[in-house]
Amino acid sequence: MPTPVITANALTKKYKDFAAVDGITFEVAPGESFGLLGPNGAGKSTTMRMVGAVSTRTSGDLTILDMDPNEQGPEIRAQLGVVPQADNLDTELRVRDNLLVYGRYFGLPRAVIAKRADELLDFAQLTEKAKAKVDDLSGGMKRRLTIARALINDPRILLLDEPTSGLDPQARHILWDRLFRLKEQGTTLVLTTHYMDEAEQLCDRLVVVDKGQIMAEGSPAALIREHSSKEVLEVRFGSDKNEGASAKLEGIGRLEVLPDRILIYSDNGEAALVEVVKRGLEPITSLVRRSSLEDVFLRLTGRTLIE
Amino acid sequence: MTVTSTRQSSGGVRALYSGNARAVVGRGLLATRSTNWIIVLTGVFEPVFYLLALGIGLGGYIGGVQNAQGDTIPYAAYIAPALLAVSAMNGAIYDSTWNVFFKMHFGKLYQGMLATRLGPLDVALGEISLALLRGAAYGLTFLLVMQALGLNLAWTAVLALPAILLIAFGFASLGMGITSYLKTFQQMDWIQFVMLPMFLFSATFYPLTVYPAPIQWFIQALPLWHGVELVRGLTTGALGPVMLVHLLYFLVMIALGLVFTTRRLRALFLD
Repeated sequence: MPTPVITANALTKKYKDFAAVDGITFEVAPGESFGLLGPNGAGKSTTMRMVGAVSTRTSGDLTILDMDPNEQGPEIRAQLGVVPQADNLDTELRVRDNLLVYGRYFGLPRAVIAKRADELLDFAQLTEKAKAKVDDLSGGMKRRLTIARALINDPRILLLDEPTSGLDPQARHILWDRLFRLKEQGTTLVLTTHYMDEAEQLCDRLVVVDKGQIMAEGSPAALIREHSSKEVLEVRFGSDKNEGASAKLEGIGRLEVLPDRILIYSDNGEAALVEVVKRGLEPITSLVRRSSLEDVFLRLTGRTLIE
Repeated sequence: MTVTSTRQSSGGVRALYSGNARAVVGRGLLATRSTNWIIVLTGVFEPVFYLLALGIGLGGYIGGVQNAQGDTIPYAAYIAPALLAVSAMNGAIYDSTWNVFFKMHFGKLYQGMLATRLGPLDVALGEISLALLRGAAYGLTFLLVMQALGLNLAWTAVLALPAILLIAFGFASLGMGITSYLKTFQQMDWIQFVMLPMFLFSATFYPLTVYPAPIQWFIQALPLWHGVELVRGLTTGALGPVMLVHLLYFLVMIALGLVFTTRRLRALFLD
C-alpha cells in the first residue's frame, strides 16, 4: 500500500467534557475516495476541521501529507481543497473574482490563477456566470462554485463536508457527476454525508461514525454484505398495528420495528412476503428492495440516519 | 508512515503566518472598488465640517490658544491637528470594527481565508493594512485642507502623515481584536459609546489644563490624547522630548494589538 495521505490514530476532540470526536483511527490512501457516514452531530464535521488543519486535536495523532497540522497548518492547507458545509463564498466579489482572489490567498501567480479559473468555471458549468454576483446564483451553482474555488490550488486532497446537503435532486446529480470526474482523474476525496445514496455513489471506502466513534469500516458493498441481508422486505400495517403484527413475524428474518413500518431482513424478499401473508397478515403496503447503507447504520446503532 | 508526537498546544509563527497579507489587502481593495467606495468617501468630509464649524466659526469668537510652549496660536490651528488625529482614528476604527464585524459574522470571510494557506496573522495584518490605507487617505486629504487654510504652522507638518499612519495602525490593530468579542449589533454600539467621549475630551477642543488632576491623568492614559498631542506638536512646530513618549505609546499599542488580534483570530477560527 502506498504511503497514506491522511493517518489518524486515536484522534480525539473534546469541548470541555463533551467528546465530539472520541478516539477515531483511519487512513486514507492517495487517489482514494473516502467517506464518513453518520447522522448529524456524529462528529463528522469536527473530524473534517481537524483534517483541514483548522482545528487542533485534544489528543491522538494526525498526519496529513507527512505533516503535523498543529505545526504546519499553512503548509498543509496549501495542499488541500475545502468545501465547507455552508457556502462561504465572498459575496462582495463576482463569480470569477471569487476564484482569482482565492488563488491569491495561496500565493499563486496571477497568470496561473487566471488560466485555472477559466478551466474551473468550465468544469463547474459556470462560464456564462463569470461576471454574475454570487447572491444571484442558485443553490446548486453556489455549491459548484465553492467546489471550483476549492480546486484553484490544484489540491492533493479535496475535503467535502456534506457536499449536496440542501440541494434539489437534479442539482445533486449534476454535482455527483462533477465529483465523479474528479475521482476518475485521481483526486483524493474525503467527504462526509448523511445520505447513503451519496456514500454509495462516491465512496470507495467509508467509516460509519456515531457519537464520535467509528462503528464499522469497509467498502459500501462489503459493509452491506457484512451487516445486512441481501434484500429487505418493508411492510406497513398502520401506525398503531405495526407493534402487534411484529409478534407474528418472528422467525422469517431479523426484524427492525420502526414507528411507521417493519423491516424484515431476508436474502429472498419475495419469499419472505409469501411467508408473511401465509401467517394471516395483510400489510397495507409492501416493498422488496436491496439492502443499503441505511440498513447497515440501523443495524449498528439502532437508529436511522435521518431523524 | 510518519508517527508524530501528540502536542496539546501548537504555536510558532509558522503555524500562524505565511507572509501573504497582501492577498488579503488585494481582496479588500477589489471588494471596495466594486461595492462601497462611496461610503468610504463620506468619511473624508466629517472632520472638514468640524473644522469649518468649530475652528473657523467658533474660533472667530475665541481668538488664540496657548500651546505647550506658551506661544499663542489661532484656535483653528489648535483644533485642526486634533481633528486630523481623530479622522485617522475614525477611518481605522470603522474598517477594523464594523467591516470586520460583518465579515466575521455574516460573510464568513475569515473562515474561507483560513481554510487556505493564509494564517491568522496574514489575515490580521491584511485587514489592518486596509484600515491603515483608509486612515491615511482621510488624513492626507485633511492635511491638504489644513495647508490650503494656512493651518500648518511649521514644516514638521509633513511628518504628521507618518504620525497618523501610526495612530491608525494602533487603533486598527486593537479595534479588530476587540470586535472579535462582539456578537450583536447592540454590542457594536458600545464602541461608539467609548469613541464619542474620547473624541470630545482628549484635549481636542481645549487644553487639558481645564480638568482637575485625576481626570487629566485618566485622559493621558487614553490613546487619542497621545495621538492628538503628537500631531499637534508636528503641525504647530511645538516639539519636545514628550513627543517620543507619544511615539512609544503607539508602538506599544500596535504590538499589543497585533498579538491580541492574532490570538483572537486563532481562537475563533483555528480552535
